[in-house]
Amino acid sequence: METVVELSGVVAVLSNFPALAGIDLVVHRGEIVLLHGPNGAGKTSVLRVCAGLLPIERGEGSVMGVNLRTHRESVREQVGLLGHSNGLYLELTVTQNVSFWASTVGATEQEVALAMQRMKIDGRLAHVKASQLSAGQRRRCALASLIVRRASLWLLDEPHAGLDTAGQDELDAILQSAVSSGATVVLASHETQRSRLLATRVVKVDGGLISGSES
Amino acid sequence: MTSRMQTVRRVSLAVVRKDLRIEWSSKVLLNQVAPFSLVIMIMFAFALDNEGILQRVAPGLVWLATLFSMLVIVQRSFAVETADGALDALRVAGTEPLGIFIGKSLALMVQLLALELMLLAIALVLYAVEPTAMGYAETFATMLIATIGLGFVGTLYGGLGAGARGRETLLPLLLLPAVAPVLIGATRATEAAFGSGGAQSSEGWPWIGLLAVFAGVFGAVGALAFGPMIEE
Repeated sequence: METVVELSGVVAVLSNFPALAGIDLVVHRGEIVLLHGPNGAGKTSVLRVCAGLLPIERGEGSVMGVNLRTHRESVREQVGLLGHSNGLYLELTVTQNVSFWASTVGATEQEVALAMQRMKIDGRLAHVKASQLSAGQRRRCALASLIVRRASLWLLDEPHAGLDTAGQDELDAILQSAVSSGATVVLASHETQRSRLLATRVVKVDGGLISGSES
Repeated sequence: MTSRMQTVRRVSLAVVRKDLRIEWSSKVLLNQVAPFSLVIMIMFAFALDNEGILQRVAPGLVWLATLFSMLVIVQRSFAVETADGALDALRVAGTEPLGIFIGKSLALMVQLLALELMLLAIALVLYAVEPTAMGYAETFATMLIATIGLGFVGTLYGGLGAGARGRETLLPLLLLPAVAPVLIGATRATEAAFGSGGAQSSEGWPWIGLLAVFAGVFGAVGALAFGPMIEE
């Protein structure tokens, strides 16, 4: 099985504080891995290391074959990180937002239409400004932007936050659909009830270390 | 064209189109910045209530009004990037920073140029300046070259202040001293173009040359520094 993420003894520092104290993690293509742990455990830091945003101080790491110690910027084009904000332009419509992200990577209009269709933001919502969307609709618009960017590793930080039950159901279906299309998902959450049902593997993070794993 | 240059071109076009589309949709330039600069020009006219003085200082007033209005445009340009974390998302996505810098600079230049044309028209009416045909050519050349410099420096400092706390007050403090050479060069060149205080048209071209040097320096510095700056 193809290895997408491989972290070995990774130490990462945030403002002189060791956010990760020697993490070992392997993620294979097609997995949905849930990083579970209390606030401040290091879940977001793992995502940021995988996205090439946080440098590795010690240990070794690679994402999709790219060495994170030497070429961490190169991995960003293949990775989609969705944090607490959605990265949308609130005064642009849904179509204009997705088209903008598509145009930064040279994706076609057809890819834009398909991504919007998959996220169910085509039709009436397509011409609504992002500022007028609900939290769930904004999340779907952000995910459509990840799709048109052709991200093959999705890193999601508290993806269910702010969504109602219907929105959470939709998000789960979207992630499963993304995985069946060849993507790999790593999500961080301290709310596990719903995420456990979705994940193929749960990895416990605590104090900047992996404290356990269950399938 | 190399692969990197193609990416830079693609990202620049996407960013300039997006920024101008946001302006077209929100009409902040038309409904807020333009009236603001009009008020500045009228207030100057009230303060210096003398046609002779107004004609003499009109070039400086036009460029001061441009710089004050530019602060609003630059803040606005980066406020839309930070409202929902779009600038972070661009960085996270590994979007070519040089492309972002060029795209945002171009969008800023287009908006500034539109504003300057409006300010010139106001100066012609309110301050009764009467440039010759050569004076108009020199004025447009000054506007074009000064705007290129202002676009680069505005984007560079806008990016610098984008993530900072208290950026509304930080930006004027950082930006206004940096654009002082443009204010001086553009004012002298426009004085020559307007014939203010008996200045000759030929006296303006060396100042336009200086503005071109300034534009080149800030373009080069911005191209090199913008990426590491937004990375921080």
